[in-house]
Amino acid sequence: MFEQISENKFKSGLLVFCFIVLIFMLVWVLQYLMGMGTAGFILALAIASLSAFISYWASDKIVLTISRARPASKEEYPYLYNVVEGLAIAAGNPVPKCYVIDDTAPNAFATGRNPKNSVICVTTGLLQKLNRVELEGVIGHEMSHIKNYDILLQTLTVVMIGVVALLSDWILRGVFWGGGRRRSSSRGKGNSLVLVLLAVGLVLAILSPIISQLIRLAISRRREFLADASSAQLTRYPAGLASALRKLSSDTEPLEAANKATAHLYIVNPLKNLKGFVNKLFSTHPPIEDRIAALEKM
Amino acid sequence: MVIGVLIIFGLLILFLVGMYNSLVVLRNRCDNGWAQVDVQLRRRYDLIPNLVETVKGYAKHEREVFEKVTQARTQAINAGTVKDQGAAENMLQGALKSLFAVAENYPELKANQNFLMLQEELAGTESKVAYSRQFYNDSVMKYNTRLQTFPSNVMAGMFGFKEREYFVVTEAEAKGPVKVSFS
Repeated sequence: MFEQISENKFKSGLLVFCFIVLIFMLVWVLQYLMGMGTAGFILALAIASLSAFISYWASDKIVLTISRARPASKEEYPYLYNVVEGLAIAAGNPVPKCYVIDDTAPNAFATGRNPKNSVICVTTGLLQKLNRVELEGVIGHEMSHIKNYDILLQTLTVVMIGVVALLSDWILRGVFWGGGRRRSSSRGKGNSLVLVLLAVGLVLAILSPIISQLIRLAISRRREFLADASSAQLTRYPAGLASALRKLSSDTEPLEAANKATAHLYIVNPLKNLKGFVNKLFSTHPPIEDRIAALEKM
Repeated sequence: MVIGVLIIFGLLILFLVGMYNSLVVLRNRCDNGWAQVDVQLRRRYDLIPNLVETVKGYAKHEREVFEKVTQARTQAINAGTVKDQGAAENMLQGALKSLFAVAENYPELKANQNFLMLQEELAGTESKVAYSRQFYNDSVMKYNTRLQTFPSNVMAGMFGFKEREYFVVTEAEAKGPVKVSFS
């Protein structure tokens, strides 16, 4: 269990490093083509950060409104409250606010910018269909997302995607329209080298938006594995979450309040449209069989 | 050159201060964890009189069970050493189980909202006691590991940081199954 936790943390760190390398390459190309690498990077960072951090700050309110969740009072849902409070004690976190979505499709998500401003939301379907140990596994998974600051990590990856998108866009514009800005020192130094670098830079600029999305999705999948392993650490009972995942995967009803924008937050993909290799690569969640296998190995 | 040395020296100082501070933080988390267990135990003790009163409302003549529960609770609250508390806790668990077994014979009681609420609260509190103990043990693990690994073990020795003990269930009785008597 602890090995899986360290492995997942290491791999997600590696992916973030890949992102940084990608950005560095783009900055280099931009610098070479238009001589404004550093300035470009700072500008892109500022633009991307602004929108991302606004949404990060209000992440809980935004997501709750989109998902049509309502607050779950302690009187109405004492069972849920006790489970959440118990796991918050195990995690050493303050107790998150509890919300409920009225939908028979079983699912859950967590959001909020840090443990003090966190929110856990479950559907009424989840409360009906899972028993105590399964519910503890699911809530443990959500609590781990909060504890591991996954919302912050998500926001940072969104910032990096924004930076990549802006930089690659400027590179492409620079190549097609900004011909006069190419450094004169490159003339006479071997035009073939210039062309090769130009071609490489062009390919990079075209492909990097999609590469950055793939990295983001890989990070998301890795953090899902980490949340599963952390949940097992909180409950010390991985079989509970494994059983819950089995139940959730066999339930084919899609969640009405979810759409593509919020699908990545839920414990299992609420849109239920995952088939085929390409979908797996572009999926925010790992396949449930793999998640169950990892839990059973603990 | 001098500036470089000063910067390195400054960073070293920061590093050492950070190491000392994190030792303090980890130790305080252990203390907090231990105190939190008591908070949950207290909550459990406070729920019990309410529960006894609710059951009494329907099953007045089951006096023996009520006495056992009340006695066990008092003993648990007044327990001095950890060993005594463990034994008292065990008795309380057994008495509560008998109480719930008795409640099974009274269908109106079982349907009573208050009773159901209390049952759920008790079950929740039991879990929370377990989670608090688990968190305490996790905190102790992190703290002890920090005390044993290099380089913080050097600093720990210098400043007198001592290892903490895990919470362990020592009573052989407590580890065995609890007898529920339906007589």
